[in-house]
Amino acid sequence: MTKLETVIQPAKFDAVKDALIEIGVEGMTVSEVRGHGRQKGHTEFYRGREYTVDLLPKVKIEMVLPDQIVDRAIQAITSAARTGKIGDGKIFLTRIDEAIRIRNDDRGENAL
Amino acid sequence: MRLLRRLTPFLFMLPLAGTLAAQATQPDRIAQLQQQIADAKSSADNAWMLVCSALVLLMTGPGLALFYGGLVRKKNVLATMMQSFAMMALITVLWAVIGYSLCFASGNNFIGGIEHAFLHNVGAAPDGDYAATIPQQTFMIYQLMFAIITPALICGAFAERMKFSAMLLFMVLWSLLVYAPMAHMVWGKGGLLNASLGGRFPTLDFAGGTVVHITSGVSALICALFLGRRVGFPKEPMPPHSVVLSFIGACLLWVGWFGFNAGSALNSGSLATSAFVATHFAAATAAIGWAVAEWIRNGKPSVLGAISGSVAGLVAITPAAGFVGPMPALLIGLIAGVFCYTMVAMVKARLGYDDSLDAFGVHGAGGTIGALLTGVFAASAVNPIFKDAQGHVLPSGMIDGNFRQLGNQAMGVLIAIVLAAVGTYVILQLVNLVLGVRVSAEDEVQGLDLTQHGEEGYYWEASMP
Repeated sequence: MTKLETVIQPAKFDAVKDALIEIGVEGMTVSEVRGHGRQKGHTEFYRGREYTVDLLPKVKIEMVLPDQIVDRAIQAITSAARTGKIGDGKIFLTRIDEAIRIRNDDRGENAL
Repeated sequence: MRLLRRLTPFLFMLPLAGTLAAQATQPDRIAQLQQQIADAKSSADNAWMLVCSALVLLMTGPGLALFYGGLVRKKNVLATMMQSFAMMALITVLWAVIGYSLCFASGNNFIGGIEHAFLHNVGAAPDGDYAATIPQQTFMIYQLMFAIITPALICGAFAERMKFSAMLLFMVLWSLLVYAPMAHMVWGKGGLLNASLGGRFPTLDFAGGTVVHITSGVSALICALFLGRRVGFPKEPMPPHSVVLSFIGACLLWVGWFGFNAGSALNSGSLATSAFVATHFAAATAAIGWAVAEWIRNGKPSVLGAISGSVAGLVAITPAAGFVGPMPALLIGLIAGVFCYTMVAMVKARLGYDDSLDAFGVHGAGGTIGALLTGVFAASAVNPIFKDAQGHVLPSGMIDGNFRQLGNQAMGVLIAIVLAAVGTYVILQLVNLVLGVRVSAEDEVQGLDLTQHGEEGYYWEASMP
Protein backbone atom coordinates (compact mmCIF):
# COMPACT_ATOMS: atom_id res chain seq x y z
CA MET A 1 0.00 0.00 0.00
CA THR A 2 1.17 3.52 -0.77
CA LYS A 3 0.02 6.83 0.58
CA LEU A 4 -0.19 9.70 -1.87
CA GLU A 5 -0.16 13.20 -0.45
CA THR A 6 -1.00 15.52 -3.28
CA VAL A 7 -0.95 19.30 -3.09
CA ILE A 8 -2.61 21.07 -6.01
CA GLN A 9 -4.09 24.37 -7.12
CA PRO A 10 -7.61 24.72 -5.66
CA ALA A 11 -9.00 25.42 -9.13
CA LYS A 12 -7.80 22.02 -10.36
CA PHE A 13 -9.43 19.98 -7.59
CA ASP A 14 -12.57 18.94 -9.45
CA ALA A 15 -10.63 17.80 -12.51
CA VAL A 16 -8.24 15.78 -10.35
CA LYS A 17 -11.04 14.20 -8.34
CA ASP A 18 -12.92 13.15 -11.47
CA ALA A 19 -9.76 11.68 -13.01
CA LEU A 20 -9.07 9.67 -9.84
CA ILE A 21 -12.62 8.30 -9.64
CA GLU A 22 -12.33 7.39 -13.33
CA ILE A 23 -9.42 5.04 -12.63
CA GLY A 24 -11.18 3.43 -9.68
CA VAL A 25 -9.96 5.31 -6.62
CA GLU A 26 -12.60 4.77 -3.94
CA GLY A 27 -11.67 7.09 -1.12
CA MET A 28 -9.82 10.27 -0.40
CA THR A 29 -9.42 12.86 2.35
CA VAL A 30 -9.34 16.47 1.21
CA SER A 31 -8.30 19.57 3.11
CA GLU A 32 -7.91 23.22 2.25
CA VAL A 33 -4.38 24.21 3.16
CA ARG A 34 -2.02 27.12 2.68
CA GLY A 35 1.61 26.96 1.69
CA HIS A 36 4.21 27.58 -0.94
CA GLY A 37 7.02 25.79 -2.69
CA ARG A 38 9.28 27.60 -5.08
CA GLN A 39 6.37 29.73 -6.14
CA LYS A 40 6.65 33.13 -4.50
CA GLY A 41 3.53 34.81 -3.09
CA HIS A 42 1.95 38.03 -4.21
CA THR A 43 1.56 41.53 -2.77
CA GLU A 44 -1.65 43.19 -1.67
CA PHE A 45 -2.25 46.86 -0.93
CA TYR A 46 -4.62 48.07 1.78
CA ARG A 47 -4.79 51.86 1.97
CA GLY A 48 -1.29 52.11 0.64
CA ARG A 49 0.18 49.54 3.02
CA GLU A 50 1.84 46.70 1.21
CA TYR A 51 1.35 43.14 2.43
CA THR A 52 3.31 40.22 1.02
CA VAL A 53 1.18 37.11 0.99
CA ASP A 54 3.57 34.17 0.69
CA LEU A 55 1.31 31.35 1.86
CA LEU A 56 -1.16 30.68 -0.90
CA PRO A 57 -4.32 28.61 -0.74
CA LYS A 58 -3.92 25.01 -1.96
CA VAL A 59 -5.90 21.80 -1.76
CA LYS A 60 -4.29 18.71 -0.24
CA ILE A 61 -5.60 15.22 -1.17
CA GLU A 62 -4.56 12.26 0.93
CA MET A 63 -5.16 8.72 -0.36
CA VAL A 64 -3.86 5.28 0.51
CA LEU A 65 -3.93 3.09 -2.60
CA PRO A 66 -3.16 -0.53 -3.55
CA ASP A 67 0.27 -0.57 -5.18
CA GLN A 68 -0.99 -1.70 -8.59
CA ILE A 69 -2.96 1.50 -9.26
CA VAL A 70 -0.43 4.00 -7.88
CA ASP A 71 1.21 4.69 -11.22
CA ARG A 72 -2.11 5.22 -12.93
CA ALA A 73 -3.21 7.54 -10.11
CA ILE A 74 -0.03 9.60 -10.46
CA GLN A 75 -0.64 9.92 -14.17
CA ALA A 76 -4.26 10.89 -13.62
CA ILE A 77 -3.26 13.61 -11.15
CA THR A 78 -0.44 15.09 -13.17
CA SER A 79 -2.41 15.23 -16.39
CA ALA A 80 -5.44 16.77 -14.68
CA ALA A 81 -3.58 19.28 -12.50
CA ARG A 82 -0.81 20.42 -14.79
CA THR A 83 -0.83 23.92 -16.27
CA GLY A 84 2.90 23.98 -16.87
CA LYS A 85 3.31 27.06 -14.70
CA ILE A 86 5.10 27.35 -11.37
CA GLY A 87 2.75 26.53 -8.46
CA ASP A 88 1.03 23.46 -9.93
CA GLY A 89 1.82 21.43 -6.79
CA LYS A 90 3.50 18.19 -5.75
CA ILE A 91 2.84 14.52 -5.01
CA PHE A 92 4.56 12.78 -2.08
CA LEU A 93 4.59 8.97 -1.78
CA THR A 94 5.03 6.96 1.44
CA ARG A 95 4.95 3.20 2.11
CA ILE A 96 2.08 2.18 4.39
CA ASP A 97 2.53 -0.78 6.79
CA GLU A 98 -1.03 -1.53 7.70
CA ALA A 99 -4.61 -0.33 7.33
CA ILE A 100 -7.56 -1.28 9.55
CA ARG A 101 -11.26 -0.73 8.88
CA ILE A 102 -12.86 0.30 12.16
CA ARG A 103 -16.27 -1.12 11.27
CA ASN A 104 -15.21 -4.80 10.95
CA ASP A 105 -11.46 -5.13 11.58
CA ASP A 106 -10.64 -5.73 7.88
CA ARG A 107 -6.91 -5.40 7.42
CA GLY A 108 -4.46 -4.57 4.65
CA GLU A 109 -5.73 -3.79 1.13
CA ASN A 110 -9.15 -5.15 2.10
CA ALA A 111 -9.51 -2.22 4.43
CA LEU A 112 -8.91 0.39 1.73
CA MET B 1 -93.19 76.40 16.16
CA ARG B 2 -92.98 78.79 19.05
CA LEU B 3 -89.34 79.30 18.36
CA LEU B 4 -89.99 80.05 14.71
CA ARG B 5 -92.65 82.60 15.58
CA ARG B 6 -90.31 84.36 17.91
CA LEU B 7 -87.58 84.46 15.29
CA THR B 8 -89.82 85.67 12.45
CA PRO B 9 -89.24 89.40 13.05
CA PHE B 10 -85.55 88.80 12.61
CA LEU B 11 -85.78 86.74 9.47
CA PHE B 12 -85.75 89.78 7.17
CA MET B 13 -82.35 90.70 8.60
CA LEU B 14 -80.76 87.46 7.52
CA PRO B 15 -79.24 88.66 4.22
CA LEU B 16 -77.73 91.65 5.99
CA ALA B 17 -76.40 89.49 8.80
CA GLY B 18 -74.80 87.23 6.21
CA THR B 19 -72.93 90.16 4.65
CA LEU B 20 -71.81 91.39 8.04
CA ALA B 21 -70.58 87.90 9.01
CA ALA B 22 -68.64 87.62 5.76
CA GLN B 23 -66.96 90.95 6.38
CA ALA B 24 -66.08 89.96 9.92
CA THR B 25 -64.59 86.58 9.03
CA GLN B 26 -62.48 87.58 6.03
CA PRO B 27 -59.31 88.29 8.10
CA ASP B 28 -60.12 85.32 10.33
CA ARG B 29 -60.41 83.13 7.29
CA ILE B 30 -57.06 84.34 5.95
CA ALA B 31 -55.46 83.75 9.33
CA GLN B 32 -57.00 80.32 9.37
CA LEU B 33 -55.62 79.52 5.92
CA GLN B 34 -52.23 80.85 6.86
CA GLN B 35 -52.29 78.64 9.91
CA GLN B 36 -53.17 75.65 7.76
CA ILE B 37 -50.31 76.42 5.39
CA ALA B 38 -47.90 76.75 8.31
CA ASP B 39 -49.17 73.48 9.76
CA ALA B 40 -48.71 71.72 6.43
CA LYS B 41 -45.18 73.06 6.12
CA SER B 42 -44.42 71.97 9.67
CA SER B 43 -45.71 68.51 8.97
CA ALA B 44 -43.61 68.22 5.82
CA ASP B 45 -40.48 69.50 7.57
CA ASN B 46 -41.07 67.28 10.56
CA ALA B 47 -41.53 64.18 8.44
CA TRP B 48 -38.30 64.88 6.59
CA MET B 49 -36.36 65.59 9.78
CA LEU B 50 -37.54 62.39 11.46
CA VAL B 51 -36.42 60.39 8.42
CA CYS B 52 -33.09 62.21 8.50
CA SER B 53 -32.67 61.40 12.20
CA ALA B 54 -33.09 57.73 11.40
CA LEU B 55 -30.67 58.03 8.46
CA VAL B 56 -27.97 59.54 10.67
CA LEU B 57 -28.41 56.76 13.22
CA LEU B 58 -28.04 54.30 10.33
CA MET B 59 -24.59 55.76 9.73
CA THR B 60 -23.37 54.56 13.12
CA GLY B 61 -25.19 51.25 13.22
CA PRO B 62 -24.75 49.37 11.05
CA GLY B 63 -22.82 51.75 8.72
CA LEU B 64 -19.75 52.65 10.73
CA ALA B 65 -19.86 49.39 12.70
CA LEU B 66 -19.57 47.42 9.44
CA PHE B 67 -17.03 49.79 7.91
CA TYR B 68 -14.71 49.57 10.92
CA GLY B 69 -15.61 45.96 11.73
CA GLY B 70 -14.43 44.77 8.34
CA LEU B 71 -11.13 46.63 8.62
CA VAL B 72 -9.93 44.91 11.79
CA ARG B 73 -8.65 41.36 12.20
CA LYS B 74 -11.37 38.81 12.73
CA LYS B 75 -10.56 38.31 16.41
CA ASN B 76 -11.65 41.92 17.01
CA VAL B 77 -14.70 42.25 14.77
CA LEU B 78 -17.33 42.13 17.52
CA ALA B 79 -15.43 44.37 19.90
CA THR B 80 -15.10 46.97 17.14
CA MET B 81 -18.79 46.80 16.24
CA MET B 82 -19.69 46.98 19.91
CA GLN B 83 -17.81 50.26 20.27
CA SER B 84 -20.13 51.88 17.73
CA PHE B 85 -23.20 50.23 19.21
CA ALA B 86 -22.26 51.26 22.74
CA MET B 87 -22.30 54.88 21.61
CA MET B 88 -25.87 54.44 20.36
CA ALA B 89 -26.95 53.47 23.86
CA LEU B 90 -24.59 55.40 26.13
CA ILE B 91 -24.58 58.80 24.43
CA THR B 92 -28.37 58.68 24.15
CA VAL B 93 -28.74 58.53 27.93
CA LEU B 94 -26.10 61.21 28.42
CA TRP B 95 -27.88 63.40 25.87
CA ALA B 96 -31.18 63.11 27.69
CA VAL B 97 -29.63 63.97 31.04
CA ILE B 98 -27.36 66.88 30.18
CA GLY B 99 -25.73 66.60 26.73
CA TYR B 100 -28.45 68.36 24.73
CA SER B 101 -28.59 71.20 27.19
CA LEU B 102 -24.83 71.76 27.20
CA CYS B 103 -24.86 71.92 23.40
CA PHE B 104 -28.01 73.88 22.64
CA ALA B 105 -29.38 75.69 25.67
CA SER B 106 -28.53 79.39 25.96
CA GLY B 107 -25.23 79.82 27.70
CA ASN B 108 -21.99 81.70 27.23
CA ASN B 109 -19.67 81.81 24.21
CA PHE B 110 -18.29 78.37 24.93
CA ILE B 111 -20.90 76.10 26.48
CA GLY B 112 -24.66 75.91 26.86
CA GLY B 113 -26.48 76.20 30.18
CA ILE B 114 -28.51 73.63 32.04
CA GLU B 115 -32.00 74.93 31.30
CA HIS B 116 -32.74 71.89 29.10
CA ALA B 117 -31.22 69.33 31.49
CA PHE B 118 -33.39 66.21 31.58
CA LEU B 119 -34.96 67.65 28.41
CA HIS B 120 -36.84 70.23 30.46
CA ASN B 121 -39.05 72.33 28.13
CA VAL B 122 -38.01 70.31 25.08
CA GLY B 123 -41.34 69.40 23.57
CA ALA B 124 -43.65 70.03 20.66
CA ALA B 125 -43.01 73.77 20.52
CA PRO B 126 -40.27 74.74 18.06
CA ASP B 127 -37.19 76.67 19.11
CA GLY B 128 -37.24 79.52 16.60
CA ASP B 129 -33.51 80.19 16.88
CA TYR B 130 -32.69 76.74 15.54
CA ALA B 131 -35.60 75.42 13.50
CA ALA B 132 -38.85 77.32 13.52
CA THR B 133 -40.99 74.72 11.78
CA ILE B 134 -40.25 71.50 13.67
CA PRO B 135 -40.84 70.52 17.28
CA GLN B 136 -37.78 71.14 19.42
CA GLN B 137 -38.00 67.47 20.32
CA THR B 138 -37.35 66.59 16.66
CA PHE B 139 -34.38 68.97 16.60
CA MET B 140 -33.14 67.34 19.81
CA ILE B 141 -33.32 63.76 18.52
CA TYR B 142 -31.74 64.76 15.20
CA GLN B 143 -28.80 66.40 16.95
CA LEU B 144 -28.44 63.37 19.21
CA MET B 145 -27.58 61.22 16.21
CA PHE B 146 -24.62 63.53 15.49
CA ALA B 147 -23.49 63.29 19.10
CA ILE B 148 -23.56 59.49 18.72
CA ILE B 149 -21.55 59.13 15.54
CA THR B 150 -18.87 61.66 16.45
CA PRO B 151 -17.27 59.71 19.32
CA ALA B 152 -17.87 56.45 17.42
CA LEU B 153 -15.59 57.76 14.67
CA ILE B 154 -12.68 58.04 17.13
CA CYS B 155 -12.84 54.28 17.76
CA GLY B 156 -10.97 53.73 14.49
CA ALA B 157 -7.78 55.06 16.04
CA PHE B 158 -7.58 52.81 19.08
CA ALA B 159 -9.13 49.75 17.46
CA GLU B 160 -7.89 46.33 18.52
CA ARG B 161 -6.24 47.48 21.76
CA MET B 162 -8.42 49.63 24.05
CA LYS B 163 -10.20 48.31 27.11
CA PHE B 164 -13.97 48.38 26.74
CA SER B 165 -14.51 49.89 30.19
CA ALA B 166 -11.92 52.59 29.55
CA MET B 167 -13.52 53.34 26.19
CA LEU B 168 -16.90 53.92 27.85
CA LEU B 169 -15.52 56.30 30.45
CA PHE B 170 -13.43 58.09 27.84
CA MET B 171 -16.43 58.62 25.59
CA VAL B 172 -18.66 60.00 28.36
CA LEU B 173 -16.02 62.53 29.36
CA TRP B 174 -15.19 63.34 25.74
CA SER B 175 -18.83 64.04 24.90
CA LEU B 176 -19.10 66.47 27.79
CA LEU B 177 -15.70 68.16 27.56
CA VAL B 178 -14.97 68.22 23.83
CA TYR B 179 -18.14 67.63 21.82
CA ALA B 180 -20.53 69.76 23.85
CA PRO B 181 -18.37 72.93 23.85
CA MET B 182 -17.53 72.57 20.17
CA ALA B 183 -21.15 71.98 19.15
CA HIS B 184 -22.25 74.94 21.28
CA MET B 185 -19.59 77.25 19.87
CA VAL B 186 -20.52 76.47 16.26
CA TRP B 187 -24.25 75.83 16.42
CA GLY B 188 -25.50 76.93 19.84
CA LYS B 189 -27.14 80.22 20.86
CA GLY B 190 -24.40 82.71 21.70
CA GLY B 191 -21.65 80.40 20.43
CA LEU B 192 -18.32 82.03 19.63
CA LEU B 193 -18.21 80.64 16.09
CA ASN B 194 -21.93 80.63 15.27
CA ALA B 195 -22.42 82.03 11.76
CA SER B 196 -26.20 82.38 11.78
CA LEU B 197 -26.69 83.68 15.32
CA GLY B 198 -23.97 86.30 15.35
CA GLY B 199 -20.84 84.64 16.72
CA ARG B 200 -17.62 86.65 16.90
CA PHE B 201 -15.79 84.43 14.40
CA PRO B 202 -18.63 83.26 12.15
CA THR B 203 -17.46 79.85 10.96
CA LEU B 204 -19.43 78.21 8.18
CA ASP B 205 -20.01 74.62 9.23
CA PHE B 206 -23.19 73.34 7.66
CA ALA B 207 -23.30 69.82 9.05
CA GLY B 208 -20.28 69.34 11.24
CA GLY B 209 -16.90 69.58 9.50
CA THR B 210 -15.37 71.15 12.59
CA VAL B 211 -17.81 69.88 15.21
CA VAL B 212 -17.87 66.26 14.07
CA HIS B 213 -14.93 65.46 11.84
CA ILE B 214 -12.07 67.66 13.00
CA THR B 215 -12.81 67.02 16.68
CA SER B 216 -13.11 63.26 16.20
CA GLY B 217 -10.18 63.07 13.75
CA VAL B 218 -7.77 65.05 15.90
CA SER B 219 -8.85 63.21 19.05
CA ALA B 220 -8.24 59.99 17.15
CA LEU B 221 -4.66 61.01 16.43
CA ILE B 222 -4.07 61.82 20.09
CA CYS B 223 -5.54 58.43 21.05
CA ALA B 224 -3.32 56.60 18.55
CA LEU B 225 -0.24 58.38 19.92
CA PHE B 226 -1.24 57.94 23.56
CA LEU B 227 -2.07 54.23 23.34
CA GLY B 228 0.86 53.40 21.12
CA ARG B 229 1.01 50.91 18.30
CA ARG B 230 -0.69 47.55 18.28
CA VAL B 231 1.48 44.58 19.26
CA GLY B 232 3.37 43.61 16.12
CA PHE B 233 2.73 46.83 14.18
CA PRO B 234 4.10 47.54 11.61
CA LYS B 235 6.08 44.31 11.10
CA GLU B 236 3.21 41.87 11.34
CA PRO B 237 0.68 42.03 8.51
CA MET B 238 -2.73 43.23 9.70
CA PRO B 239 -4.91 43.30 6.60
CA PRO B 240 -8.67 43.91 6.90
CA HIS B 241 -10.42 40.62 7.65
CA SER B 242 -13.38 41.45 5.41
CA VAL B 243 -13.38 44.26 2.89
CA VAL B 244 -16.87 42.97 2.05
CA LEU B 245 -18.22 44.16 5.42
CA SER B 246 -16.42 47.47 4.98
CA PHE B 247 -17.94 47.84 1.53
CA ILE B 248 -21.49 47.41 2.84
CA GLY B 249 -20.70 49.79 5.68
CA ALA B 250 -19.32 52.47 3.38
CA CYS B 251 -22.38 52.28 1.11
CA LEU B 252 -24.65 52.66 4.14
CA LEU B 253 -22.58 55.64 5.26
CA TRP B 254 -23.04 57.24 1.84
CA VAL B 255 -26.83 56.83 2.07
CA GLY B 256 -26.98 57.91 5.70
CA TRP B 257 -24.95 61.00 4.89
CA PHE B 258 -27.93 62.43 2.98
CA GLY B 259 -29.68 62.61 6.35
CA PHE B 260 -26.56 64.11 7.90
CA ASN B 261 -25.99 66.87 5.34
CA ALA B 262 -29.33 67.49 3.62
CA GLY B 263 -31.06 67.17 6.98
CA SER B 264 -28.85 69.94 8.34
CA ALA B 265 -31.02 72.36 6.37
CA LEU B 266 -33.48 71.59 9.21
CA ASN B 267 -36.36 71.85 6.75
CA SER B 268 -37.46 70.08 3.61
CA GLY B 269 -37.00 73.05 1.27
CA SER B 270 -34.65 73.72 -1.59
CA LEU B 271 -31.62 74.14 0.66
CA ALA B 272 -31.96 70.48 1.62
CA THR B 273 -31.92 69.59 -2.08
CA SER B 274 -28.84 71.70 -2.67
CA ALA B 275 -27.01 70.03 0.22
CA PHE B 276 -28.16 66.59 -0.96
CA VAL B 277 -26.76 67.19 -4.44
CA ALA B 278 -23.46 68.62 -3.17
CA THR B 279 -23.07 65.66 -0.82
CA HIS B 280 -23.59 63.10 -3.52
CA PHE B 281 -21.32 64.83 -6.03
CA ALA B 282 -18.43 65.13 -3.60
CA ALA B 283 -18.65 61.46 -2.61
CA ALA B 284 -18.46 60.49 -6.27
CA THR B 285 -15.40 62.53 -7.22
CA ALA B 286 -13.59 61.62 -4.00
CA ALA B 287 -14.04 57.91 -4.72
CA ILE B 288 -12.58 58.55 -8.18
CA GLY B 289 -9.76 60.70 -6.79
CA TRP B 290 -8.57 58.13 -4.23
CA ALA B 291 -8.90 55.16 -6.61
CA VAL B 292 -7.06 56.89 -9.44
CA ALA B 293 -4.26 58.03 -7.12
CA GLU B 294 -3.88 54.40 -6.09
CA TRP B 295 -4.07 53.19 -9.67
CA ILE B 296 -1.19 55.48 -10.61
CA ARG B 297 0.92 54.61 -7.56
CA ASN B 298 0.26 50.87 -7.08
CA GLY B 299 -0.92 49.87 -10.50
CA LYS B 300 -4.40 48.85 -9.33
CA PRO B 301 -7.48 50.72 -8.10
CA SER B 302 -8.59 48.89 -4.94
CA VAL B 303 -12.15 48.49 -3.66
CA LEU B 304 -11.04 49.61 -0.21
CA GLY B 305 -9.48 52.67 -1.81
CA ALA B 306 -12.64 53.61 -3.69
CA ILE B 307 -14.88 53.29 -0.64
CA SER B 308 -12.39 55.08 1.62
CA GLY B 309 -12.31 57.87 -0.94
CA SER B 310 -16.07 58.23 -0.93
CA VAL B 311 -16.06 58.56 2.86
CA ALA B 312 -13.28 61.17 2.64
CA GLY B 313 -15.37 63.14 0.14
CA LEU B 314 -18.44 62.93 2.35
CA VAL B 315 -16.38 64.21 5.27
CA ALA B 316 -14.98 67.12 3.28
CA ILE B 317 -18.34 68.22 1.88
CA THR B 318 -19.98 68.11 5.33
CA PRO B 319 -19.16 71.70 6.34
CA ALA B 320 -19.76 72.97 2.80
CA ALA B 321 -22.89 71.03 1.83
CA GLY B 322 -25.42 73.83 2.34
CA PHE B 323 -23.20 76.64 1.08
CA VAL B 324 -21.71 75.50 -2.21
CA GLY B 325 -23.06 74.70 -5.65
CA PRO B 326 -22.73 71.39 -7.45
CA MET B 327 -19.55 72.24 -9.40
CA PRO B 328 -17.50 73.30 -6.39
CA ALA B 329 -18.80 70.13 -4.69
CA LEU B 330 -17.28 68.02 -7.45
CA LEU B 331 -13.99 69.83 -6.95
CA ILE B 332 -14.03 69.60 -3.14
CA GLY B 333 -14.59 65.84 -3.38
CA LEU B 334 -11.77 65.33 -5.85
CA ILE B 335 -9.32 67.33 -3.72
CA ALA B 336 -10.37 65.46 -0.57
CA GLY B 337 -10.01 62.04 -2.19
CA VAL B 338 -6.45 62.67 -3.32
CA PHE B 339 -5.47 64.56 -0.15
CA CYS B 340 -6.75 61.89 2.24
CA TYR B 341 -5.11 59.14 0.20
CA THR B 342 -1.82 60.99 0.53
CA MET B 343 -2.32 61.42 4.29
CA VAL B 344 -3.17 57.76 4.83
CA ALA B 345 -0.80 56.06 2.42
CA MET B 346 2.21 58.31 2.59
CA VAL B 347 2.22 60.65 5.57
CA LYS B 348 1.10 58.02 8.10
CA ALA B 349 3.73 55.55 6.91
CA ARG B 350 6.38 58.26 7.12
CA LEU B 351 5.47 59.28 10.66
CA GLY B 352 4.87 55.74 11.92
CA TYR B 353 1.87 56.26 14.24
CA ASP B 354 -0.72 53.49 14.31
CA ASP B 355 -4.04 55.17 13.54
CA SER B 356 -5.40 51.70 12.92
CA LEU B 357 -8.43 52.50 10.78
CA ASP B 358 -7.35 55.97 9.67
CA ALA B 359 -9.81 58.01 11.69
CA PHE B 360 -7.37 60.94 11.58
CA GLY B 361 -6.29 60.44 7.99
CA VAL B 362 -9.88 60.49 6.74
CA HIS B 363 -11.88 62.54 9.27
CA GLY B 364 -9.22 64.89 10.63
CA ALA B 365 -7.60 65.57 7.28
CA GLY B 366 -10.83 65.51 5.27
CA GLY B 367 -12.65 67.68 7.82
CA THR B 368 -9.88 70.29 7.79
CA ILE B 369 -9.60 70.50 4.02
CA GLY B 370 -13.41 70.66 3.81
CA ALA B 371 -13.70 73.42 6.40
CA LEU B 372 -11.10 75.55 4.63
CA LEU B 373 -12.54 74.93 1.16
CA THR B 374 -15.95 75.98 2.51
CA GLY B 375 -14.41 79.42 3.08
CA VAL B 376 -13.34 79.43 -0.55
CA PHE B 377 -16.45 78.14 -2.30
CA ALA B 378 -19.37 79.27 -0.07
CA ALA B 379 -21.76 81.23 -2.28
CA SER B 380 -24.49 83.58 -1.07
CA ALA B 381 -26.54 82.55 -4.12
CA VAL B 382 -26.81 79.06 -2.61
CA ASN B 383 -27.38 80.14 0.97
CA PRO B 384 -27.61 83.83 1.95
CA ILE B 385 -26.21 83.26 5.43
CA PHE B 386 -24.63 86.67 6.05
CA LYS B 387 -26.82 89.78 6.01
CA ASP B 388 -26.24 93.34 7.07
CA ALA B 389 -28.48 95.24 9.48
CA GLN B 390 -30.86 96.21 6.65
CA GLY B 391 -31.20 92.60 5.59
CA HIS B 392 -29.08 92.92 2.44
CA VAL B 393 -27.25 89.74 1.55
CA LEU B 394 -23.48 89.89 2.09
CA PRO B 395 -20.89 87.73 0.29
CA SER B 396 -20.22 84.30 1.83
CA GLY B 397 -16.88 82.87 0.73
CA MET B 398 -13.84 83.86 -1.27
CA ILE B 399 -15.64 83.03 -4.51
CA ASP B 400 -18.15 85.79 -3.58
CA GLY B 401 -15.36 88.20 -2.72
CA ASN B 402 -15.40 87.69 1.06
CA PHE B 403 -11.74 87.04 1.66
CA ARG B 404 -12.07 87.31 5.43
CA GLN B 405 -14.14 84.14 5.57
CA LEU B 406 -11.10 81.93 5.01
CA GLY B 407 -9.63 83.46 8.16
CA ASN B 408 -12.81 82.72 10.09
CA GLN B 409 -12.77 79.16 8.82
CA ALA B 410 -9.15 78.81 9.90
CA MET B 411 -10.11 80.13 13.35
CA GLY B 412 -12.86 77.50 13.62
CA VAL B 413 -10.43 74.78 12.54
CA LEU B 414 -7.80 75.97 14.98
CA ILE B 415 -10.20 76.05 17.93
CA ALA B 416 -11.49 72.58 17.04
CA ILE B 417 -7.96 71.18 16.82
CA VAL B 418 -6.77 72.73 20.09
CA LEU B 419 -9.92 71.80 22.01
CA ALA B 420 -9.87 68.23 20.72
CA ALA B 421 -6.15 67.70 21.25
CA VAL B 422 -5.95 69.16 24.75
CA GLY B 423 -9.29 67.73 25.88
CA THR B 424 -8.50 64.25 24.61
CA TYR B 425 -5.05 64.22 26.17
CA VAL B 426 -6.35 65.27 29.59
CA ILE B 427 -9.20 62.75 29.48
CA LEU B 428 -6.88 59.92 28.43
CA GLN B 429 -4.52 60.69 31.30
CA LEU B 430 -7.44 60.63 33.71
CA VAL B 431 -8.94 57.42 32.35
CA ASN B 432 -5.54 55.78 32.31
CA LEU B 433 -5.12 56.64 35.97
CA VAL B 434 -8.52 55.24 36.94
CA LEU B 435 -8.90 52.19 34.68
CA GLY B 436 -5.86 51.85 32.43
CA VAL B 437 -6.63 52.51 28.77
CA ARG B 438 -5.00 49.53 27.15
CA VAL B 439 -5.61 45.81 27.40
CA SER B 440 -2.70 43.54 28.39
CA ALA B 441 -0.44 42.28 25.60
CA GLU B 442 -1.77 38.74 26.09
CA ASP B 443 -5.38 39.91 25.79
CA GLU B 444 -4.48 41.90 22.71
CA VAL B 445 -2.92 38.88 21.01
CA GLN B 446 -5.90 36.72 21.93
CA GLY B 447 -8.29 39.34 20.58
CA LEU B 448 -10.78 41.71 22.15
CA ASP B 449 -13.85 39.66 21.17
CA LEU B 450 -12.87 36.92 23.59
CA THR B 451 -11.12 38.93 26.27
CA GLN B 452 -13.53 41.89 26.47
CA HIS B 453 -16.84 40.29 25.57
CA GLY B 454 -16.44 36.51 25.90
CA GLU B 455 -17.65 35.88 22.36
CA GLU B 456 -16.36 35.21 18.89
CA GLY B 457 -17.64 36.87 15.74
CA TYR B 458 -17.38 33.77 13.60
CA TYR B 459 -18.05 30.30 14.94
CA TRP B 460 -17.50 28.27 11.84
CA GLU B 461 -15.81 25.10 13.14
CA ALA B 462 -16.55 22.50 10.47
CA SER B 463 -16.71 19.71 13.03
CA MET B 464 -19.27 21.45 15.22
CA PRO B 465 -22.79 20.10 14.77
